[in-house]
Amino acid sequence: MAKPAKTRTSSPSKSASDDLDFILHSLQDSHDKNLRYAASVKEMLHFYEQMLLIRRFEEKAGQLYGLGLIGGFCHLYIGQEAVAVGLQSALTEGLDSVITGYRDHGHMLAYGIDPNVIMAELTGRQAGISKGKGGSMHMFSTEHKFYGGHGIVGAQVALGGGLALAHKYNEDGGLCLAYFGDGAANQGQVYETFNMASLWNLPIVFVVENNQYAMGTAVRRSSAETEFHRRGTAFRIPGMKVNGMDVLEVRGAAEIAFKHVREGKGPVLMELNTYRYRGHSMSDPAKYRSREEVQDVREHKDPIEGLKKVLLEKGKTEDDLKAIDKAIRARVAESADFAETSQEPDAVELYTDVLVEEY
Amino acid sequence: MAIELKMPALSPTMEEGTLARWLKMEGDEIAPGDIIAEIETDKATMEFEAIDDGVLGKIMVPEGTENVKVGTVIALLEGEGGAEAPAEAAPAPAPEPAPAPAAAPVRPAATVAKADPAIPEGTSFTSTSVREAVRDGMAEEMRRDPCVFVMGEEVAEYQGAYKVTQGLLDEFGSKRVIDTPITEYGFAGIGAGAAMGGLRPIVEFMTFNFAMQAIDHIINSAAKTNYMSGGQMRCPVVFRGPNGAASRVGAQHSQNYGPWYASVPGLIVIAPYDAADAKGLMKAAIRSEDPVVFLENELVYGRSFDVPDLDDYVLPIGKARIMREGKDVTIVSYSIGVGLALDAAAQLAEEGIDAEVIDLRTLRPLDKEAILTSLAKTNRLVIAEEGWPTCSIASEVMAICMEDGFDHLDAPVLRVCDEDVPLPYAANLEKLAIIDAPRIIAAVKKVCYRG
Repeated sequence: MAKPAKTRTSSPSKSASDDLDFILHSLQDSHDKNLRYAASVKEMLHFYEQMLLIRRFEEKAGQLYGLGLIGGFCHLYIGQEAVAVGLQSALTEGLDSVITGYRDHGHMLAYGIDPNVIMAELTGRQAGISKGKGGSMHMFSTEHKFYGGHGIVGAQVALGGGLALAHKYNEDGGLCLAYFGDGAANQGQVYETFNMASLWNLPIVFVVENNQYAMGTAVRRSSAETEFHRRGTAFRIPGMKVNGMDVLEVRGAAEIAFKHVREGKGPVLMELNTYRYRGHSMSDPAKYRSREEVQDVREHKDPIEGLKKVLLEKGKTEDDLKAIDKAIRARVAESADFAETSQEPDAVELYTDVLVEEY
Repeated sequence: MAIELKMPALSPTMEEGTLARWLKMEGDEIAPGDIIAEIETDKATMEFEAIDDGVLGKIMVPEGTENVKVGTVIALLEGEGGAEAPAEAAPAPAPEPAPAPAAAPVRPAATVAKADPAIPEGTSFTSTSVREAVRDGMAEEMRRDPCVFVMGEEVAEYQGAYKVTQGLLDEFGSKRVIDTPITEYGFAGIGAGAAMGGLRPIVEFMTFNFAMQAIDHIINSAAKTNYMSGGQMRCPVVFRGPNGAASRVGAQHSQNYGPWYASVPGLIVIAPYDAADAKGLMKAAIRSEDPVVFLENELVYGRSFDVPDLDDYVLPIGKARIMREGKDVTIVSYSIGVGLALDAAAQLAEEGIDAEVIDLRTLRPLDKEAILTSLAKTNRLVIAEEGWPTCSIASEVMAICMEDGFDHLDAPVLRVCDEDVPLPYAANLEKLAIIDAPRIIAAVKKVCYRG
C-alpha cells in the first residue's frame, strides 16, 4: 500500500512509510478508496440479525425499565448498532479483547454473549452475568474477552491500554478494541493513554463512537476539535473517519485499521459517526435536540433499514426478513421472560466476591 | 392482540407522575418512535415514545391526571406488532422490594488463621535496608513468575527515584521494567487493565501523593471490578511507593493515605515497618489475586533490619505482629509509627511501665483479633499513627475497642496522631505537627493513670 506521498515535505529518496504525514492519513486514504466491505449475503444476513437483536433487545430493556423491572441507570444503544456489529465482526474470537463504557449492552450482544444473562443482569437477578451485582453499566465476560462495562467516563480507555499491553507482553498477536464516546473524548486520561500507546506501540484500536451528544451537550458545544479522528495526530496516531450508520462501511474500515495494528504498527484512532435515537439514559427529557432531527436520522440513515435495502437488492424477500424479525422478537421475549422469572440474588451474595482470597 | 401501555418509570427514583397531555387520540396510527403522550415527573416533562406499531385503542387515563402510579395501564395499543411477544401483553409485575431483613445476613467468618512462617533453628540473618528488602521481594517474584513486571516514573534507567528499583532493569530488561511518562492517571489505568488482562503489574508511584491523580483507577477500576463482575474479573495489581510525611517537603508531598485506601472494600492495604516484613509482605502482595496498595515510607527506606536468609520468605496478609511483649499497656501502630512506639516503650520500661507494641502491618483487612487479645491482657490501649487524627486508622481501632473490647478497658483509649493541619514547611512547625515518642509516652502515662 506504500505509494509516493503527495506532500511537499517528503524528500524523493524517502519511502512513503518514512513520511509521518503520509502515515497519519494513509488509513483514511485506503478506506476512502473502497468504503464498503464486500460481504457475502450470508455475512450480511448475520449482521442484519445481530443489529436487529440489539435493537429489539434494547427496546425490550426500555419497556422493562418503564415497568420498574430494571432500575438505576440504563443507557440504550438504539441507532448505534452498526458500530459494534461492524467492528466486532472483524475481530478474532478468543484472541482479541473488547472494553467499553456504560452503554454496553450492544457490544456484548455483538460478541455473541447470551441475551438471557444480560437481561437478567439488567433486572438484578442471580442468573445475571454479574450475579446481579453489576447492573446495566457493569457487565463483563472474561470468557469472551469482554472486559466491561465501566461506569466512569473515559476509564475504559486507560484500562484498554493495559489490555493492549498484555497482548504485546504475551506476544499473542491479539489487539484491544477500546470504545468511548464523544463525551469521554474530552477526558485527560484518554490523551495520557494515546501518548503511552503510541510511545510503546501497543496493539489497540481506539474507537470514538460519536453519537453527537455527550448526555445533552452537542459536540460543538463541548469540543474545540469536533473532528475526533484528528485528535491522535499530536501523538502520531493515524485517524479514520467512518460512517457509523452503515455496517458495511464500518466493517470495511475495521479491516484496514485492524490490519495496521496487527502488523505491529501501533494504535489507530477511529471516529465512528453515529446517532442514538433514545435519550442519554432512560431519565433523559431530550430537550437539547428536536424531534425532527431524530426522525430525520431514523428515516434516512437507519443502519438496519440501510442493510435491509441491500439485502432486498441481493434477492432476499420481505418475507425472509420478516421471518428473521419474528425469530429475534421471540428470542428477546425469551430473554425478558428469563430475566423476569429468575430469582433475585441470595442474601449471602452480599458478601461474596469482595476479595478473591481469604486473609 | 392489545398491548397495555403503562405509566413508565422515567427516572431511577420516579414512583408516580402527571399525565400532562395525550398527543395521539383514540384510533390514531402509531409507529415506533412516535410520541404518544407527555408525562411530568418532579424533575422534567418527558415524552412517552411508542416502541411498537399499532392503533391507539382506549385511553384509560385522561390528560391532566395527577399522581398516576408507575405501572398503571394508561392506554391500549391494538395492532400486529408484538403479537409474537407474549411478555408484552402480560408483563409480570415488578417484584415487591424484598422486606427489610430483621438483621443483615451473617457475614461468613474467615476460616483461615494464618501465622508467620516459622524460621528454622540455625537460620542466618542479613542486615538489609528496607529499600533493598522491597526490591529483593520484587526481584524474587519476578524470577518466579514471568507475568510480574514493574512500571512507573524513573523505575528503569534512573534506577528508581528513591532507588527502590535499583538493578531491576539490568536483570529483567526493559520489557519488564518500564519507565512511564509523568502521567499517573493514565499509567495506573494501564496497570489495572494489564492485571485484568492476566498480567501481574507492580505500579510504582514516585510518592502516594501523586497517586491522588490516579485514585479513580485504584478504587473504581481495581477495587470494585471483582465484585461488580460477580467474581469473574480479577485485578491482581500492586500499587506501591512511599507514603506519609518525608522531611521538609511541605503539605502536598506529606500525607498518609493509609486511612483513605483502608476504607475501601475490595482493596488490600499493607504498610510494613521493618525490612523483613517489607520483603515478606511484598512477596505476598505480588502473589495475591486481589489488588493491593503497598504503602512504604521514605524516612524508613534507609533503616536496616535483620532479614532471614530463607529462599522464599512470604508473610501472611492481614496478620499483625507483636514487636514487643508487655503487660501494662498496648501501643498499636504501623509503618514509621512503630519505630516511635518502640522508642516510647523502651523509655517507659525505665519508668516501670511494661508496654506491648503491636505493628498492624496490614491496614485492610485489619487484624482485630490481635488488637483485642492484647487489650484483654493489658486493659489499656494507645494508638500511634503518623497521619491526621480525623477518620484515621486510629479512629477505627478505637471503634473496635468500643464495640468488641469494652469490657476489657480500664481506661479510655487514646490516639496520638499528627496535628490536624496541612503539614507546614518551617522546621520548627513541622516538628510540632508530627507525632513523636514523647507524645506517645504522655498518652501511655495518661491511660495508666501515672505521672
